[in-house]
Amino acid sequence: MLRQPFFWLITATIAVFATAPVLGNNVDLRESLILAALYIILASNLNMMLGYAGYINFGSIVFFGLGGYVCVWLVSAHAWPLGASLLAAGVCVSILSLFFGLGILRLRGAFFALATIGVNEAVQAFVENFGPWGGSSGIYLSPMIFKPLGGPAEALWIIYFLMVALMGLSLYLSYAVKTSKFGLGLLAIGQNEDAAAILGVPTPLYKALLYSVSAFLPAMAGGLYFLKSAFIQPSDAFDLTLSTEVIVIAMLGGQGTITGVAIGAYFYEELRGFLLTSETFSHFQLVIAGLLLLLIVLFFPSGLMGFIYKHFPRTQKVLE
Amino acid sequence: MTALLEFDKVHKRFGGLQAVHDLSFTICSGEILGLIGPNGAGKTTVFNLINGVYAPDAGRIAFNGTNITGETVYRVARCGVARTHQIVRPLANMTVLENCTVGACFGRENLPLVRAREAAHEALAMVGLDDRSDTRATLLTIAGKKRLELARALAARPLLLLLDEVLAGLNPTEVDHMIGIVRRIRARGMTILMIEHLMQAIMSLSDRIVVLNFGKKLAEGSPTAVASDPQVVEAYLGDPKLAAELHRRK
Repeated sequence: MLRQPFFWLITATIAVFATAPVLGNNVDLRESLILAALYIILASNLNMMLGYAGYINFGSIVFFGLGGYVCVWLVSAHAWPLGASLLAAGVCVSILSLFFGLGILRLRGAFFALATIGVNEAVQAFVENFGPWGGSSGIYLSPMIFKPLGGPAEALWIIYFLMVALMGLSLYLSYAVKTSKFGLGLLAIGQNEDAAAILGVPTPLYKALLYSVSAFLPAMAGGLYFLKSAFIQPSDAFDLTLSTEVIVIAMLGGQGTITGVAIGAYFYEELRGFLLTSETFSHFQLVIAGLLLLLIVLFFPSGLMGFIYKHFPRTQKVLE
Repeated sequence: MTALLEFDKVHKRFGGLQAVHDLSFTICSGEILGLIGPNGAGKTTVFNLINGVYAPDAGRIAFNGTNITGETVYRVARCGVARTHQIVRPLANMTVLENCTVGACFGRENLPLVRAREAAHEALAMVGLDDRSDTRATLLTIAGKKRLELARALAARPLLLLLDEVLAGLNPTEVDHMIGIVRRIRARGMTILMIEHLMQAIMSLSDRIVVLNFGKKLAEGSPTAVASDPQVVEAYLGDPKLAAELHRRK
């Protein structure tokens, strides 16, 4: 793997993210890049489901929200250290997803997509009525929790670097899975699930494992995100809007590709940031996202990378 | 000769249709068994029962000494059964080599990726597709896709190969080519169960033949014995006595 140019491309991307805002102590850039990193994490992990195995997960945000809740709750109610809480969030959500996955992955196509929305709604309804997690009013964190990190200002930098690290791990994971035997089995499932099973791919196990693996890093990202905002409530944690945006990103960049999805996430975040802050277009980003999705599905089903591969076939050897 | 696959009084019903009725037969290691019968006789259902697409309603299927009755599709593949489909099922957007690598990776030997690629190259060379290994499967011609099906099954290095009409839809030149490939596979000592409508081909390739009609075994024996069996002739062409009678009257 170390000899592959693509591995070094990922490493270089991480290096740029990690150093750019530090030079000149640029807090605005940091805030923009942390969101870009978050989108890249969510989109890359969704892409393994959508692009590799061909399963559309409309409720992928449930991983992010649950991870956020587990982490924030451990920090606020049990005074766990941040690192341990984050890891616990990832592990808990992954294990839970394995069970969800074994159940709902018997469904295919539109039924699976509906079930994923159902899981998200069910979890949201549960959390809204779950006393220890503050029900529908959520959990607030005191700024005191950032004391061990050296105060809120330093904590924001640490959270930023952790988010970039998760982004890097997501990209490496996508790459490692794609070039492995596991990934080959997933791609076969994505092409024709029945044929894959007849060739010997253990489809139920592979799908459930994938569902679980693709939950781990988004759950940790959710933990970081809600630690950063020091507040979590069900309507933010399980917001289907973010799920939809992530699907648009994966389609925009080219589902199944790693480069495309990362670039798509970055540009989508920039566009979203511009639209959110612009006076005329405030909160217009969803209209644009819907329009984009429509245009992509109609005219560019293989997304940005499909276009690049077609016009520059040599890039296929380098860019995954 | 030891029995590799045993069908013991197997039944399968779809609603009101008895697709397979009380079917028993065995395949010995190293032989080619031909499965013939009119359309709808239940031949492909037999394949689907062997590789686990359907579970039988009654009866027992044993492969290589273990009971595989009602086993899942991918576990049967792991045991060493590989098949081709009458209607080809390529993994369309993957390359020809990747298609075969999937077969090798998840087949009987459960090979790691690098060795699976070697096995895939070998299988492609066997069917003469090695020059197309970087082509996307969907771009192959129908004859190419048929050969890909075969290569993918071979890459799994199975103990038993199920061939479902590998000759259907091919032109005469392609048929000759494909028969040559099957002969070469056979020369390596592979056990094969094949369904074929092209009589000339299956009669010359098979060691033994089982004839199905309405899900029941109508006849079993050497190709020549089966071909002269009046019941078999009747199933295919109608009552021979009646035919002779009509001919006489005319």
